[in-house]
Amino acid sequence: MLYIKTVGAIFFRFTYGLTLYDGIYFCLRVHRSAGGSSVALLPFWRQCWQSAAEMIHSLFLINPTGDVFLEKHWKSVISRSVCDYFFEAREKAVTPENVAPVLQTPHHYLISIYRGKLFFLSVVQTEVSPLFVIEFLHRVADTFQDYFGECSETIINDNMVVVYELLEEMLDNGFPLATESSVLKELIKPPNILRSVVNTLTGGSNVGSSLPTSHLSTIPWRRNGVKYTHNEAYFDVIEEIDAIVDKSGMTVFAEIQGVVEACVRLSGMPDLTLSFVNPRLLDDVSFHPCVRFKRWESERVLSFIPPDGNFTLMTYHVSSQNLVSIPVYVKQNISFFDSGSSGRMDITVGPKQTMGKTVEGLSVTIHMPKSVLTVDLTATQGNYTYDLTAKVLVWDIGKLNPQKLPTLQGSLSIQAGVPKPVENPSLNIDLKIEQLAISGIKVSRLDLFGEKYKTFKGVKYVTKAGNFQVRT
Amino acid sequence: MQEWANQLCENRQFGSKMTDSKYFTTTKKGEIFELKAELNSDKKEKKKEAVKKVIASMTVGKDVSALFPDVVNCMQTDNLELKKLVYLYLMNYAKSQPDMAIMAVNTFVKDCEDPNPLIRALAVRTMGCIRVDKITEYLCEPLRKCLKDEDPYVRKTAAVCVAKLHDINAQLVEDQGFLDTLKDLISDSNPMVVANAVAALSEIAESHPNSNLLDLNPQTINKLLTALNECTEWGQIFILDCLANYTPRDDRESQSICERVTPRLSHANSAVVLSAVKVLMKFMEMLPKDLDYYGTLLKKLAPPLVTLLSAEPELQYVALRNINLIVQRRPEILKHEMKVFFVKYNDPIYVKLEKLDIMIRLASQANIAQVLAELKEYATEVDVDFVRKAVRAIGRCAIKVEQSAERCVSTLLDLIQTKVNYVVQEAIVVIKDIFRKYPNKYESVIATLCENLDSLDEPEARAAMIWIVGEYAERIDNADELLESFLEGFHDESTQVQLQLLTAIVKLFLKKPTETQELVQQVLSLATQDSDNPDLRDRGYIYWRLLSTDPVAAKEVVLAEKPLISEETDLIEPTLLEELICHIGTLASVYHKPPSAFVEGSRGVQHKRLPATANSGESVESPDASSAAAVADAPPAVIPSQGDLLGDLLNLDLTPTTTGPTPAVSTGIQMGAMDLLGGGLDSLLGGDLGGSPAMGAGFGAPPAAMPASFAAPVSGGGLDDLFDLGGGVGLPMGAYSPPKTVWVPAMKAKGLEISGTFARRAGVIQMEMTLSNKAMSVMTDFAIQFNRNSFGLAPAGPLQVLIPLSPNQSIEVTLPLNTVGPVMKMDPLSNLQVAVKNNIDVFYFSCQYPISILFVEDGKMERQVFLATWKDIPNENESQFQIKDCHLSSDAASSKLQGSNIFTIAKRTVDGQDMLYQSMKLSNGIWVLAELRVQAGNPNYTVSLKCRALEVSQCVFQSYEAVLKN
Repeated sequence: MLYIKTVGAIFFRFTYGLTLYDGIYFCLRVHRSAGGSSVALLPFWRQCWQSAAEMIHSLFLINPTGDVFLEKHWKSVISRSVCDYFFEAREKAVTPENVAPVLQTPHHYLISIYRGKLFFLSVVQTEVSPLFVIEFLHRVADTFQDYFGECSETIINDNMVVVYELLEEMLDNGFPLATESSVLKELIKPPNILRSVVNTLTGGSNVGSSLPTSHLSTIPWRRNGVKYTHNEAYFDVIEEIDAIVDKSGMTVFAEIQGVVEACVRLSGMPDLTLSFVNPRLLDDVSFHPCVRFKRWESERVLSFIPPDGNFTLMTYHVSSQNLVSIPVYVKQNISFFDSGSSGRMDITVGPKQTMGKTVEGLSVTIHMPKSVLTVDLTATQGNYTYDLTAKVLVWDIGKLNPQKLPTLQGSLSIQAGVPKPVENPSLNIDLKIEQLAISGIKVSRLDLFGEKYKTFKGVKYVTKAGNFQVRT
Repeated sequence: MQEWANQLCENRQFGSKMTDSKYFTTTKKGEIFELKAELNSDKKEKKKEAVKKVIASMTVGKDVSALFPDVVNCMQTDNLELKKLVYLYLMNYAKSQPDMAIMAVNTFVKDCEDPNPLIRALAVRTMGCIRVDKITEYLCEPLRKCLKDEDPYVRKTAAVCVAKLHDINAQLVEDQGFLDTLKDLISDSNPMVVANAVAALSEIAESHPNSNLLDLNPQTINKLLTALNECTEWGQIFILDCLANYTPRDDRESQSICERVTPRLSHANSAVVLSAVKVLMKFMEMLPKDLDYYGTLLKKLAPPLVTLLSAEPELQYVALRNINLIVQRRPEILKHEMKVFFVKYNDPIYVKLEKLDIMIRLASQANIAQVLAELKEYATEVDVDFVRKAVRAIGRCAIKVEQSAERCVSTLLDLIQTKVNYVVQEAIVVIKDIFRKYPNKYESVIATLCENLDSLDEPEARAAMIWIVGEYAERIDNADELLESFLEGFHDESTQVQLQLLTAIVKLFLKKPTETQELVQQVLSLATQDSDNPDLRDRGYIYWRLLSTDPVAAKEVVLAEKPLISEETDLIEPTLLEELICHIGTLASVYHKPPSAFVEGSRGVQHKRLPATANSGESVESPDASSAAAVADAPPAVIPSQGDLLGDLLNLDLTPTTTGPTPAVSTGIQMGAMDLLGGGLDSLLGGDLGGSPAMGAGFGAPPAAMPASFAAPVSGGGLDDLFDLGGGVGLPMGAYSPPKTVWVPAMKAKGLEISGTFARRAGVIQMEMTLSNKAMSVMTDFAIQFNRNSFGLAPAGPLQVLIPLSPNQSIEVTLPLNTVGPVMKMDPLSNLQVAVKNNIDVFYFSCQYPISILFVEDGKMERQVFLATWKDIPNENESQFQIKDCHLSSDAASSKLQGSNIFTIAKRTVDGQDMLYQSMKLSNGIWVLAELRVQAGNPNYTVSLKCRALEVSQCVFQSYEAVLKN
């Protein structure tokens, strides 16, 4: 930190009377040392060597117990001791979710993501775009997920060599090389039991030996020569409601995060057009690179040559308050008594704006104050569990019956001798409504151009609670 | 490791037979030996398995470099997988085995000719990753071919390889003409090749700041924009970042680029979105504000920024840091989007804190009710850091939106009633700021605050409370008791509290002089006598003098009208903000520091500037721009939001006394040192002893007897302190200081003119400079550095230019120097090479200092020693000089020289000729002895200098001449 404040960087041309050092640039760097700061002069070439601009220098994968179980260096090897700074931050952060994604160390920057209980920690040395790195790390995690079905320490260890080959293929000198699943799969075959057996018997290889066809085409997301006997294209419109509802039941904030997930298995080079009944709802959208933006701008239709298989076609965002319906209401009363180390709780959930559909998979999660020791409750429907260490109460309700509203009530016991809790516990609601996109968005039709075969098409809608919070 | 491997073995037993974990099973002692045998096996399959084992060991950080020759032997194979594995190994270990790596060269060269483009690309890629100098020579030819390969996959790989090679051997890349080839690739038919060429060139350009590598002109820009539509997401980022460096010729070009970039805002990759935002934010500056398109663009920017906030938390964090900048530059973009920044219960803490910051920035009269309701909600959350920041935010809202102040205060009072310790403390800190902003409005709450006095244990809260008590001493009946209670543990308090307590008690004394004399004496003696802290002592002495010399002035200074605090808090300084806007999406934007400030070795990074607005008339600026300009002109007193910052600035911020007294003191000092001891202090005392109720009268009274307790601190080290403060006014005669000369003309330093001189004042060597800004833009971030010099002169502190230097403004700066820097003999001896940096550039100049500034105060030699030394120094070390046209008497000359620490030891008069024997000592311990002959009626003096270091004589003589003639 010190060198930031003091010199910034002042550079000297040392024009010594004698000519020995003439013209050589020196750069001042102040090192942090235990005793204070000292100024070191580094000759230009050395500085230059260090300033080698690259994106991601190294990657470390760290498991929940804080061990590095994989390291990959795209340039010179950086000692894993650099992770100590990260562990320090991890220590301070209490929970792993709270570790800041960008950390500064004296010589490096550590940019990390937390995925599936693992930290993907990248080391960079120069000015980079942190979003670039974070996006890339998520892409790495996605690729593992895609290849191995999950992204866990065990599975990565089990496929160490493939993982290593993948990482090498995804990044070259800090530049992303091939991150499209379709391209990668042609370069490095995903493992499966059958091929492993065959490979072992025949000495075959899981590395593709020819250049992926789609690698350099303008549609890198699709390979050539795709063939299916059944041609099908399914779309899932999934909407998540993010909302904050205050004590009195007023909506403080609500928005919908929508996503259109596609599963397209079509032969050849199909060109699809997806149109909506009410595209006006969509004013804030992000598209998969395959979507032709110009057509969207002018005609409000999604025109694209799809990748093969599963992909996210589009995400969108509806924030206009009056378009966001809140499907359930919660009547709650949680109070703590001044004396007697106890409290009472009474929660009822009921339907609000469900558009005539049934609310399913309903559950309520309450983060209790630290001093709540045990709970003694009765639920008219479903079960509840109270995690004594995490102080989390989960009430699993299931299907919501409008005729008989579920309630959960009873008493809470508080640690004796502790002042009554000041913080208000917050409720998180989870729910699911099938066959409904709560924003009202509706697909009108899907047209196929460029290929002539019969296609099975389908659209499914589902609404879920995203970050749905009720304050008390 | 062993244990871990065993564990893996167990995993294996549980059935994962077909996985790579089997490669970990041979972690026995002779592992390397075994692997060696397997690598040299005849069976292909066995070889491959062995290489896999080696790679597996490598991934977990095990050292398998000993197997280098054996692995390299496996390289010549038709099996692509094996080849890839060997290449993986090579990249990792080539650096440590450079001689062995040469063995691989032939295979590489051969592979670069392979009919399969995949293999050609792989070979050239791997070769570039082997950071061994010897290999690079062999790499040139294959690379040249690959750059012109028919297959675009090979070309794009080769483009990146140029960047790698440049990193290893820049000269080689230039000599071989690879840079030109790379530039040609920008016009390649394949968009991916274009993107990689741009990326490679950008990377190379970063280490060559002044090279014209990325020579952007409308033609290349057009090519880039075309490639932008067709290349991969990562390529789009490279191209967008490159576009951001371009400055369009006019607003029309700017608009057309913006139009072609806006579709990127809908990309799924957030890094693409943010890079596009950067380009748009920058080019928008050039668009006339009345243009329809300008408004359209503003509207288009909001949704993508909002969308970034629904991404993964890590992405949200980076986005929020950048939004923070964008909101400061163009608040209109997100002014209606307040709600998306509302904090959710399960946001990670780093997201919560950032959201809170932006909420306050967006707070306005229109939405303040909502914001306050939210903040109150947050103040009851669990996370302490977050709660604190939320409480602080309430205070900031009160200051920002006047209409809400009352509601904020009552919210804060509610929070104080919760009695939650840290909430109370934060609330008190912010209430202090509210008092300052709206004086005489909310003082009724003081009573409630005082109730919580005992629970305050944090320095900042204590200091705030003490300030409140001092400021409103006249309304608090027991103010003296309250302050006295703090005084008991004075030395255990932090400096912040001590300083505040000192000021508060002085305020109290000035308001209620009768009852509090004892208290003020107590605190003054605690601050000056018993403290080691120079700040505290200095402030103590200043008050002491002030009270003793001129109580009316003291009142004017200490109880002066306080400057208003600004509405907007911790704004980023406008020039820095402009630079950061040009760096949206980078680490600089996350840390809110210019890239030159912190990225190691990024000395090449040039300061980027936003382009000028199309309608150059500054008066037709939008309100935000003009307010930014106003900030530049008069930096407001800003309330820092963060704890640490507040600690730093508290002195400046809370107590006008630290800024106020300096001029007042220097007038007081004119009275001379004796007066300090005599009149003033005693009069304070006199009032005390005599018990006179009218203090004003007491101050004028003649000195009474001086008790020992008062004499002690003043005559001790303290007096020197005061002289230091007075800037040497107390010396009988000033040392000679040459007039200022222009060191750097404005023409040579991009509009910065530096003139200056050197002086020695009160034993401190000073460099006195006038910095004049003759350029059109504001200058900031001044810093100075000296090259090594003959006497080790070095700045004793940073260059104190605290406010940005506006165009046509000059500033006087005094830089104290010391002589402990690195030493190197210069020619001429008193030559000094200086580098001055500002936000624009670094400027070098050299100047000469008079050697007299190095003559130290204890340079008077004992007579006997002088005689002995004079004899001791051989005659060849004596040099004689003539000083012509000097009309001083010998006594006048002597006293004049003494002012510059040239001391006369003895005087002899022989035949009407006065002989002055003089000595002086340089800061590095060199003694110079002199004989000055002055003949009445003869204007020519003769100086004979004797010194062991003959080189200094010439300089010393020059000093004689300069001192005597001025």
